[in-house]
Amino acid sequence: MDKMRVEGRIWKFGDDVDTDVIIPARYLNVSAEDELAKNCFADIRPEFATDVTAGDILVAGKNFGCGSSREHAPLAIKAAGVRVIIAESFARIFYRNAFNIGLPLLEAVEASKGLSDGERGVVDLADGRIEGVGGVFQAKPIPDFMAQLIAAGGLVEYVRTMKIGR
Amino acid sequence: MPMTITEKILAAHAGRDRVSPGELIEAKVDVALANDITAPLAIKVFGEIGVGKVFDTDRVVLVADHFVPNKDIASAEQVKFVREFAREQGLKNYFEGGQSGVEHVILPEKGLVLPGQLVIGADSHTCTYGALGAFSTGVGSTDLGAVMATGEIWLKVPPTISLRYEGSLRPHVGGKDLILHTIGLLGVEGALYCAMEFSGSVIRNLPMHQRFTMSNMAIEAGGKNGIIEPDETTLGYEAERTSERFEIFRSDPDADYDRVIDIDVSDIEPQVAFPHLPSNVRAVSQAGNVPIDQVVIGSCTNGWLDDLRDAARVLKGKKASAGLRLIIMPGSPLIYKMAMQEGILETFLEAGAVIGPPCCGPCLGGHMGVLASGERAVATTNRNFIGRMGHPESEVYLANPLVAAASAVLGRIGGPDEL
Repeated sequence: MDKMRVEGRIWKFGDDVDTDVIIPARYLNVSAEDELAKNCFADIRPEFATDVTAGDILVAGKNFGCGSSREHAPLAIKAAGVRVIIAESFARIFYRNAFNIGLPLLEAVEASKGLSDGERGVVDLADGRIEGVGGVFQAKPIPDFMAQLIAAGGLVEYVRTMKIGR
Repeated sequence: MPMTITEKILAAHAGRDRVSPGELIEAKVDVALANDITAPLAIKVFGEIGVGKVFDTDRVVLVADHFVPNKDIASAEQVKFVREFAREQGLKNYFEGGQSGVEHVILPEKGLVLPGQLVIGADSHTCTYGALGAFSTGVGSTDLGAVMATGEIWLKVPPTISLRYEGSLRPHVGGKDLILHTIGLLGVEGALYCAMEFSGSVIRNLPMHQRFTMSNMAIEAGGKNGIIEPDETTLGYEAERTSERFEIFRSDPDADYDRVIDIDVSDIEPQVAFPHLPSNVRAVSQAGNVPIDQVVIGSCTNGWLDDLRDAARVLKGKKASAGLRLIIMPGSPLIYKMAMQEGILETFLEAGAVIGPPCCGPCLGGHMGVLASGERAVATTNRNFIGRMGHPESEVYLANPLVAAASAVLGRIGGPDEL
């Protein structure tokens, strides 16, 4: 299987989805990923955690992941099975956090508007090509440094190899 | 080449003469901060990196403030894990219990963050320390774990938005209203990835605690940091708290800004952010009749002594509306003690308030004031997202301490003029 190819159900969200709704604070008394995944979007979309399957694609509008710095948010989404998030734009801390834990993000305004909830999508992480029922879309290239982080397997591996020399 | 204060601090910490927006740099970190929610993950990451010891036992600061006093067994286990790590590592600055308080209140209070420093915290409101003229920003736990191991962080140099405030402030208007108005103007992603630099005669005349309030909420406009050049007020504040030397940076007059926004404050009324975004602001006079169930005064946004003094001025000799829960949480044990000595706590108790311990409490719907479905709260906190303070069908309205206190008496959203 091509590691850079993602195919799955699209879960569509709107603008300004904040980390409080991604994983409400009352679930932050634990940090185990599988526990966090169970409560992902608990308040605004309770069926998400049960219906999402490995390889699914999350699509959102502007400013996805705004608010709290809780890394539990991208961790919950990743552990739930989502392989890539496509949005018009991402909040800054969420953007760092996602790449740091090896969850790729694509910025793609047209795809964000053109993809619908429930349809199947195909994403090529290598070149940012996104295919849905409504057509083919192109994401902005992933910045070089972020691509390095993803290739290294996240920030921990990056720091171990590049900074500590292990 | 001229630079902004943000660029100068970043350049100095990257060992460079200059930096420009968009550049990726590796910068040395002066203070690395985490709390009881974010530290456990950061410690795990630190362990995976495998260096054994933190880069500097004086510069890694851990504060138990979110779910403390421990709200349940799982929270107690998290704090225990952080406490044991702090002990093993010999960290000089681990705070819990009576030594602790809201992290962004106690760090400045203890003189642990200084002008010109580069501060990285695994908490989004780490931007608070920009008020002291530091570069200070929030990150996630993995970034913080890497900082604890290496003392460095990669950063993209942000473009700066210059926000200049001129005019005269109307009664009952302060830093909270200025920043809410600004977020309303820019939108919740209006400053995405950008440095926000607050300046102008209004900021120069703003007391330190209101500057903290403004920098604190830079993140609510998407900002990376919210910075204010140090001046006499900053130096006076630090003189009482530290004997350490620090460097003062200032923006060059011809520095290059992404945008310059001039704000005339003369027409700004006390602001209220309606659910469910901090940008959804209205003047308090335009709030309409919104009955409320709870008022919360405190947090890293408005838990300062002067905020409590403001609330006490409004509440003196009055009672919270029947059936309304008034919860007041001083930001630190020191503030608690001073409020006690000044008789402020007595005013609160006579008004029917519950006085909570210095912690984050209900701000994030953790504990000590969680809302039921359909309930509404006015809070001096920083976020009013869906479910932020409890049930997804509850509502949070953000305001300054004067408006919050007045609303507690009125039982609906309103300003001190209505009392």
